[in-house]
Amino acid sequence: MERLISLSVSEMRNGLLQKDFSAVELTQAHLQRIRKTNEEFNSFISICEDAALAQAAAAETVLAAEQGASPALTGIPVAIKDLLLTKGIETTCASKILTGFIPPYDCTAVAKLKEAGAVIIGKTNLDEFAMGSSNEYSAYGPVRNPWNKSCVPGGSSGGSAVAVCLGQSPLSLGTDTGGSIRQPASLTGVCGMKPTYGRVSRYGAVAYASSLDQIGGFARSIEDLALLIRTISGKDPNDSTSMEVDVPDYLAEVRTASKTQLQGLRIGVPKEYFIPGMQEEVEKSCLASLDVFRHLGAEIVEISLPHTEYALAAYYIITPAEASSNLARYDGVRYGFRSQDHDSLAEMFERTRAQGFGAEVKRRIMIGSYVLSAGYYDAYYLKAQQVRTLIINDFKQAFANHCDVILTPVSPTTAFKIGEKADSPLTMYLADIFTVPINLAGLPGLSLPCGLDSAGLPVGIQLVGPPFAEPRLFIAAAAFAREVAFDSRKMALS
Amino acid sequence: MEKYEAVIGLEVHAQLLTDSKIFATSSTAAGKEPNTLTDPVTLGLPGCLPVLNKRAVDFAIKLGLATNCEIQRVSVFARKHYFYPDLPKGYQISQYDKPLCTRGGIDIRVGGQKKHIGITRIHLEEDAGKNIHSDAAAVSLVDLNRAGVPLVEIVSEPDMRTAQEAGAYMRQLRQILRYLGICDGNMEEGSLRCDANVSVRPAGEAKLGTKVEIKNLNSFRFVEKALDYEISRQTALLDQAKEIVQETRLWDDQKGATRSMRSKEYAEDYRYFPDPDLLPLVVGHDWVEKTREGLPELPHQVFLRFKQMYGLDDYYAELLTEEKITAHYYDQAVAIHHSPASIANWITTELFGRLNKEGLDMSRCPVSPENLAALVTLIDEDVISGKIAKTVFDEMFQTGASPKAIVEARKLKQISDPAVIIELIDEIIKNNPKQVEEYRQGKTKMLGFFVGQVMKETEGKANPALVNSLLEERLKGPVAKYSPCCE
Repeated sequence: MERLISLSVSEMRNGLLQKDFSAVELTQAHLQRIRKTNEEFNSFISICEDAALAQAAAAETVLAAEQGASPALTGIPVAIKDLLLTKGIETTCASKILTGFIPPYDCTAVAKLKEAGAVIIGKTNLDEFAMGSSNEYSAYGPVRNPWNKSCVPGGSSGGSAVAVCLGQSPLSLGTDTGGSIRQPASLTGVCGMKPTYGRVSRYGAVAYASSLDQIGGFARSIEDLALLIRTISGKDPNDSTSMEVDVPDYLAEVRTASKTQLQGLRIGVPKEYFIPGMQEEVEKSCLASLDVFRHLGAEIVEISLPHTEYALAAYYIITPAEASSNLARYDGVRYGFRSQDHDSLAEMFERTRAQGFGAEVKRRIMIGSYVLSAGYYDAYYLKAQQVRTLIINDFKQAFANHCDVILTPVSPTTAFKIGEKADSPLTMYLADIFTVPINLAGLPGLSLPCGLDSAGLPVGIQLVGPPFAEPRLFIAAAAFAREVAFDSRKMALS
Repeated sequence: MEKYEAVIGLEVHAQLLTDSKIFATSSTAAGKEPNTLTDPVTLGLPGCLPVLNKRAVDFAIKLGLATNCEIQRVSVFARKHYFYPDLPKGYQISQYDKPLCTRGGIDIRVGGQKKHIGITRIHLEEDAGKNIHSDAAAVSLVDLNRAGVPLVEIVSEPDMRTAQEAGAYMRQLRQILRYLGICDGNMEEGSLRCDANVSVRPAGEAKLGTKVEIKNLNSFRFVEKALDYEISRQTALLDQAKEIVQETRLWDDQKGATRSMRSKEYAEDYRYFPDPDLLPLVVGHDWVEKTREGLPELPHQVFLRFKQMYGLDDYYAELLTEEKITAHYYDQAVAIHHSPASIANWITTELFGRLNKEGLDMSRCPVSPENLAALVTLIDEDVISGKIAKTVFDEMFQTGASPKAIVEARKLKQISDPAVIIELIDEIIKNNPKQVEEYRQGKTKMLGFFVGQVMKETEGKANPALVNSLLEERLKGPVAKYSPCCE
């Protein structure tokens, strides 16, 4: 069992094709791991035992019939953030307000995984409606970090990060609006990618802030991540903001990349991303990773992204504004929770929302409603959008004139203690300071582990590219990972 | 000069006749079981995204061009927020500060006068569902079949001064929508809706009075009645030096009055912002020009053409162009038999009368334009009289048969042979000496009696003009043997 869950996806694929083990055995092994560890780590909200075993059995038939020609993920378990709709499986967004909501359709990314043969093993925990950076704001309780159980795993896709780290699933999907994939990947020592805005359809991803939300995923290796992201990418007629851009075979690009691939690659390091107050060891690890890249032939250039300091402020105006609108539909009329305690229509709306949403969600709805209200729109929302344009231009300038890839820390600190920041929203918001500008600009960002701090907690670096430069990020990250050989697995636990 | 002047602007909503909804795939059909025409997007399920229906945009561009608007190259969909059970997402997708069509206008005719009414903007948006309140069960039910049906909102300039002008503007808009085939224009069923803004000010005053919005105007008659009522209500308030409250009022047709619905203090803040799920709508020059080329002949163009080509007066031209299908019918009939005045008369009197009586509209007219033209041809060629023609028309309406076939089958051909008619006349004169005497003594009204006798004998088939002239001639003097050569 331990052996199966610690394999890479390509090793699992080979094992399945060579009949070393069956798809059902592979799924069983992961289900067993979830059963054994979930009480402690709380990474899953729903475990799809029966459905997963049925999918695994179907996968065996496909593997027997098509063998090497079967879809690349046939029989491979994948965990899904419980913000992505899964047909017939309760989708909660870790909120009381969606209690009992069973979607009648699959999120496009989930449908693509199923077409590729993947086995949906369960739905992972998150901060309610993806609003949070620690996975503490969940109606289903906090998720714990496998590297230190008293620490947070990051958020909002904390459950998906932990699932991969713990070997509960080799792959998982998350969403990233301001760092919700990259930050938990960094805090749990796994690889995570937020693709370019428009790369992956948002259809069926419960909206938080529509102009920044993007589905991505987690894996324990860059190769596995490349395969996962490629599987879910592409234009979707159901999402007008998804883009008609070819999807290269990321995995093939990583595999065929030559050893000298990074020769001459210009890596920009923005001086604004090394700020006072950040953990010294994080800064050190990042600088050390630059030496690795130099050694691989890359050229390190200092760059400036002058409007960085305004990004967090703009982000915390734009995202609550969009959230206040996106969450207006949870009114108790058609699905989910409805307060029974009301004498009028207005009371039904008010109490359903007052009782159904958690504190952080309500805080953001209030901020968002405020910044969109008549008389304040120009001062807040419009101004924030103008700042956003400046930030986009910063990146455009950098990529046009100075560098091919940008390297930054992912998070100013390694994993913090559960409860440490939960009562201080502003401190919590700082956890996203290096990731939100990437969402504001719609760029692809990849988070990968580069080492441990003195407390034994993982540190991550973020690679950022121009729109649709995912292959470049995968190739650079894979070269780095081969050199550093960081082991993302936390198998010894439990 | 009147003491006061009313200022009226209309906001008109028209449902577009697309097959599917503006941002979703379910059908826009009416009259189906509640909540059967829905899909995840229409239901506002989590994770759903809108995808714009291109046909709805085509229709809105058509309307924009037909009302002389500028079509904006870039327009933007925005979210308009409010909570209501029939609004599944908690916001309506509409266009706000960047509408698709701007700065247009149309001409209306009131009392023989032409007047230009400006159109501020036309934008696309989605309709809401319907709440149904049950008194019996103390519950409210929601039907989302109508949610997401595409609408255009047409906002006029405050250019109207009377209820009559507002009515004429509404009718003109409806006519254009129907000519374009983009809206069925049915106000009773709500596919065409109107809200009116009206204020009254002292004549000559430049500043506008306090504006009142009137809702629930679901017929042309209601629009006119409600505005007349509201103008006199506001006028009376001004006369008494009382304040006019800025508010929304509802037209109550039972009471024949408007009543207050909500005042401005409770005005909602809709928190508009651009919808991040939809890219800005870009309508390039080619799209506009292609649509322009495809526009049908518009009502005012047909009206002018009918006057010029066929010499019709305003009255007939207006009646025949009210519906596109009638105008087309008329064109077809006149093309077959060029007798424009006579055909215009037949359509607007006999045909409209019968359709009206049977509760049919032109789309289900049993008389083809070919057959109507053939009927008028028979009259013009003296094959049948106008009177017999009415009998023939009756049968055409009932059976759809051609007039020629009916005339032959029922032997209705007109008797135009003078010899035959004179023989009959002479017989009648011989048999009615008393009446002949009266006539000859100057009681010329008696001519009608003799005409009636001839028609009775011929079952109405005698050529009436010929009967008249021959009767006058034969009744003048003693009966002489008719001879064709003693002219």
